[in-house]
Amino acid sequence: MTTLDASDDVVRARGVTKRFGDFDAVRGIDFTIRRGESFGFLGPNGAGKTSTMRMVSAVSTPTSGSLDIFGLDPASRGSEIRGRLGVVPQEDTFDLDLSLRLNLEMFGRYFDLPRRVIKERTGELLEFAHLSDRAEDKVDNLSGGMKRRLTIARALMNRPELLILDEPTTGLDPQARHLLWERLYRLKREGVTLIITTHYMDEAEQLCDRLVVMDHGRIVAEGAPADLITTHASREVLELRLGAEDHAALAPRLADLAERIEVLADRVLLYVDSADDTLASVHRAGWRPERALQRRSSLEDVFLRLTGRTLDE
Amino acid sequence: MSEVTSLGWSRWRRAWWFQAVYYAQTWRGSVVSSVLLPLGYLGALGVGVGHLVSHHSGLIDGQTYLHFIAPSLLATTAFQLGEGESLWPVLASFKWTRSFHAAVTTPLTPRDVLVGKLAWVATRAFAIGVLYALIIAGVGAAHSWWALTLPLLSVVICLAFAAPLAAYAAKVDTDISFPLIYRFGFVPMFLFSATFYPVSAYPGWLRPLVQLVPLYHGVALVRAACFGGAAPAVLAHLIVLLVLIVVGVLWGDVTFRRRLID
Amino acid sequence: MGRVLPVLGSRRALHVVERNAMFYRNQWLMFASGFVEPLFYLLSIGIGLNHLVGTLDVGGRPVTYATFVAPGMLATSAMNGAIIDSVFNPFFRLKISHAYDSMLTTPLDVGDIALGEALWALARTGLYAVSFVGCMFALGDASSPLALLEIPGALATSFAFASLGLAACTYLRSWQDFDLITLFSLPLFLFSATFFPLSLYPRLLATLVWFSPLYQSATLLRGLNVGHLDPWMIPRLAYLCALGIIGLAIAARRFRRLLSP
Repeated sequence: MTTLDASDDVVRARGVTKRFGDFDAVRGIDFTIRRGESFGFLGPNGAGKTSTMRMVSAVSTPTSGSLDIFGLDPASRGSEIRGRLGVVPQEDTFDLDLSLRLNLEMFGRYFDLPRRVIKERTGELLEFAHLSDRAEDKVDNLSGGMKRRLTIARALMNRPELLILDEPTTGLDPQARHLLWERLYRLKREGVTLIITTHYMDEAEQLCDRLVVMDHGRIVAEGAPADLITTHASREVLELRLGAEDHAALAPRLADLAERIEVLADRVLLYVDSADDTLASVHRAGWRPERALQRRSSLEDVFLRLTGRTLDE
Repeated sequence: MSEVTSLGWSRWRRAWWFQAVYYAQTWRGSVVSSVLLPLGYLGALGVGVGHLVSHHSGLIDGQTYLHFIAPSLLATTAFQLGEGESLWPVLASFKWTRSFHAAVTTPLTPRDVLVGKLAWVATRAFAIGVLYALIIAGVGAAHSWWALTLPLLSVVICLAFAAPLAAYAAKVDTDISFPLIYRFGFVPMFLFSATFYPVSAYPGWLRPLVQLVPLYHGVALVRAACFGGAAPAVLAHLIVLLVLIVVGVLWGDVTFRRRLID
Repeated sequence: MGRVLPVLGSRRALHVVERNAMFYRNQWLMFASGFVEPLFYLLSIGIGLNHLVGTLDVGGRPVTYATFVAPGMLATSAMNGAIIDSVFNPFFRLKISHAYDSMLTTPLDVGDIALGEALWALARTGLYAVSFVGCMFALGDASSPLALLEIPGALATSFAFASLGLAACTYLRSWQDFDLITLFSLPLFLFSATFFPLSLYPRLLATLVWFSPLYQSATLLRGLNVGHLDPWMIPRLAYLCALGIIGLAIAARRFRRLLSP
């Protein structure tokens, strides 16, 4: 019996783990993704994002815990679930023997779509990906950004209710990234639920209504990007480069000037309410930093706070 | 000495090494195709079918069947080496791995790349020739001192195919024609070069056609080196193969340069 | 169908067959040219070796050498075709292009992919066998109507090797490892009594040859070719089918482990 409430939840995970041999990739995570929202998984490489994505894509089964997608159990009804999903894997994987058009058409066949519908959608999707003029080319000849757009177009062939994107813009130049983001907004407006993993802060802030931060196979925080920043970081950040001297040794002497400080290899971060005021105090205290940068707190700072590491570590 | 170097010896040596280093990582497959396969044929055909043949027809052109086909296998192996190294591997070096393009960013010229490639294939053909000469002598099929030239003949046969095919592979954009060349060129060539039975077995009208098959001349040449043969015929076989090499190298010089520079 | 073969795949496996057919649609010339190849082999042997070897005994009848060898070559080509379709192409999609990973984001299941590739190998062998047997009739190397049964015989052969090949391709690490496949198929080809009767082998080797699926296939087809039925054909056929089922089960398990851990 499906309740109204349950039909609003697209994915529900309770205590989900995934173990490969001796390695615990995912160590018991809970999350719920609601229809129409765009939900992010943020974390460095090896945090367990991709393993989680593969389970949510109904390609790999959890070692323990309960997971349901569209209210169905992926272990027994994977095929049915995948029929309603679109997946953009981290690596672009095409059928290199076939042209762009045939790649899309064949993909439609895997979903058992009628040929007439496939023909129609293939044209639309090539248009969507800005690749209509390359339709008869082999996929091998495409640039990285084109391949990524084609992967996304391909994932839309079955008009999915839920689109899962694993690191959608890794390796793309800024222009290609913005084009992709624009495409994703369009889908979101059309009511598609999005799941996005990324290790780019700006991407998470731009695209996600809600996100979880993952580290070492666990979820360490959950919320809307702005809320996470308010909860886990100060309003502003002052970044100081203090020259050749050892940052770690100097740091304690700066501690009084900020709510909290973080010492990185090449700089010190001061979490404060007003970076301007703090910089003045720093100067008054007799410091002459080589370089000082004032900025608003970001998800990067949230992540640093929660895990003690930067995202690209 | 520096005059000689500028002629290309040193660069050719480097281009040769380039191939050799690559081969050092992939040699296992060639042991199968160049050593085990022909040896298997020799066992299965020479001994097995040979038994049937000697039972029924006795000697073939004065030889046992084993002795008759042992030279053929040297010729067909040299042919397969030349053909196998020159279509896909050459196209791959231009198109997929682009290692030839990498080579010409060094002081190597397109001609050096071609020479290095062919020199390396020739080196392998020579090694196979030595091995087969020993096997042929071992089974007692070397009746003439000319058998000492077998390694060189192996090189000639191999290059007669490698040079023109490498030139062709440098010209094409895709490998779409290769399977067809294989199927309509190499397979019939392998089967209709008087390889497994004497040319007298062919019907009269087919015999002149067999003369047009390059591999036939290779097989005949090797057989003559093992058992002796008439000088004019031997010379004719040799000339056919040498012409193929010269044409192939000249053509390759053009196609390699076009592909790598223009 | 989904319920009959829950482990091995479902009706969706046919989409994998369709995919392969789509690829060859653009390469029909190459595909079609495969059908003339047996003609070359049979002609060459008929011209030269029939005369040199004389007649051989199959099921108590004297036959020409080409008639003796042709079924063995059909068996060999069923084996080689199955290996190309089940080892080389799937390896590429499994480990190089990762095309299977993208297929698994659709309703297709791992078992569908394994079964589909095996079915494709069968379909291609079937077409090839039809043309091969046609060539045999045309050249007089087959005369009995029972020779038509060589076509299903070739399918069983292809099924055995395609399934084993599919299982094997999951263990390969790089293109270099294909030498191992050749090391396996080559001795089978040369020493499965394809070129001469088992009675010529030394006794010990003959016992080994007996286990070769290619020998069993060649012998089965040879009997059918001259229209000589014997009860031994049943265990030979069963042996080939059993290898096929075992191979496919292993392949499906290995595919699952690699693609959907």
